[in-house]
Amino acid sequence: MDPILSVKDLNLWYGDHQALRSINVNIPANQITALIGPSGCGKSTFLKTLNRMNDLIPSVRITGEVNFRDQNIYDPSVDVTGLRRQIGMVFQKANPFPMSIYDNVAYGPRTHGVRNRAKLDEIVETSLQSAAIWDEVKDRLKTSALGLSGGQQQRLCIARALAVEPEVLLMDESTSALDPISTSKIEDLAAELKSRYTVVMVTHNMQQAARISDKTAFFLLGELVEFGGTEQMFSDPTDKRTEDYITGRFG
Amino acid sequence: MRTQFDEQLERLHLELIRMGALCEDAISAAAKALLEQDAALADKAREAEEEIDRAESDVERLCLQLLLRQQPVAKDLREISSALKMISDLERIGDQAADIAELSGYVADASDAGRTHIGDMARATISMVTDSVDSFVKRDLELARAVCAADDKVDALFQDVKKEIVGMISTDSSKGELALDLLMVAKYFERIGDHATNVAEWVEYSLTGVHSNNN
Repeated sequence: MDPILSVKDLNLWYGDHQALRSINVNIPANQITALIGPSGCGKSTFLKTLNRMNDLIPSVRITGEVNFRDQNIYDPSVDVTGLRRQIGMVFQKANPFPMSIYDNVAYGPRTHGVRNRAKLDEIVETSLQSAAIWDEVKDRLKTSALGLSGGQQQRLCIARALAVEPEVLLMDESTSALDPISTSKIEDLAAELKSRYTVVMVTHNMQQAARISDKTAFFLLGELVEFGGTEQMFSDPTDKRTEDYITGRFG
Repeated sequence: MRTQFDEQLERLHLELIRMGALCEDAISAAAKALLEQDAALADKAREAEEEIDRAESDVERLCLQLLLRQQPVAKDLREISSALKMISDLERIGDQAADIAELSGYVADASDAGRTHIGDMARATISMVTDSVDSFVKRDLELARAVCAADDKVDALFQDVKKEIVGMISTDSSKGELALDLLMVAKYFERIGDHATNVAEWVEYSLTGVHSNNN
């Protein structure tokens, strides 16, 4: 299968500190790829390179390529706002805007120029349905998003990301602050979304990676140690460091 | 790291060693009951078989507890899932030893037909069972593979016994029933060899991630 994201010899420095070392990986389309590794291993940094979120940090320097459908996203000609529309992100902590549920979801499409009320209504409904939260909020779309529970807020954030019709959804520990029921809803959601989107997720929860991802990447000290099919990684990893980490005998 | 888990894995090893030792006792008692016509040893084999069944439940419970509480992956997962498969084979070995003990009462008049080779089969299968469990506990791939290879010897012994039994029938056709009982005994030993081989194959999977049957 052709990769949707092809990373070539990617290095990243925060000032003098090298946080990513010569990363090479092909991320397949319409699959869930999980990034695992101990704190500080570079997995979140790597995730953020995939839609240039690290651009916002002044001391960052990046070399190498991240090709999204054959276009290097670090090419100066790339429109970063457009890129982030195609490659959306959901964060660890749900961060709804202090506005209504409806306006949260409509925010992205409005920014991209959608003004037609009926069209916006349709986008809001489909996005909330795709994020498996429509039934819970359809009668209170005009109320504040801040009144939702943590799990609902996170699904609202996913709906907001989906509203601009991205191709890739990046999730940075998006369930780590949620209870098991909300976590399970978001995991089910990720599994459904992969038929239409590519999902790349950072998770500290190894069981979560084993449960829902198709591919797993193990990072350690800024290196991509092992990348492969999740089942293989969790039953018979190739690298001793992967084995030690996932079996909890690391260090 | 994971001290408690490692201690529980150690306990699993000890339980398996105990179950393996019970299997050896059962086979040895059944073989002696047969060859020495000792009814007390036949009882001992049956008692060992019941103890093996209890050991199987204990190990099974321990494995399920480890799966539930430790959510093992990689080599830990392979080790525990292999243990779960191995105990089914060890339990069958216990059954077959008890079956041999059961038949020992019916072959009292056995001539020497098959006797030597049946004794050889008993010794060979006992060492296969010992080595298969040892290979798991010591994580010894070579030993596990040696067990698989040893099964050929047991199969050859079975063929020898079969030939001798055929010879026995052709010289004295009145020994038909005895011949069948002896053949059953030899077949049970041959099956014990197969089960020990299964155990060794699971050890190989546990150590390498590849089960030889899937090649």
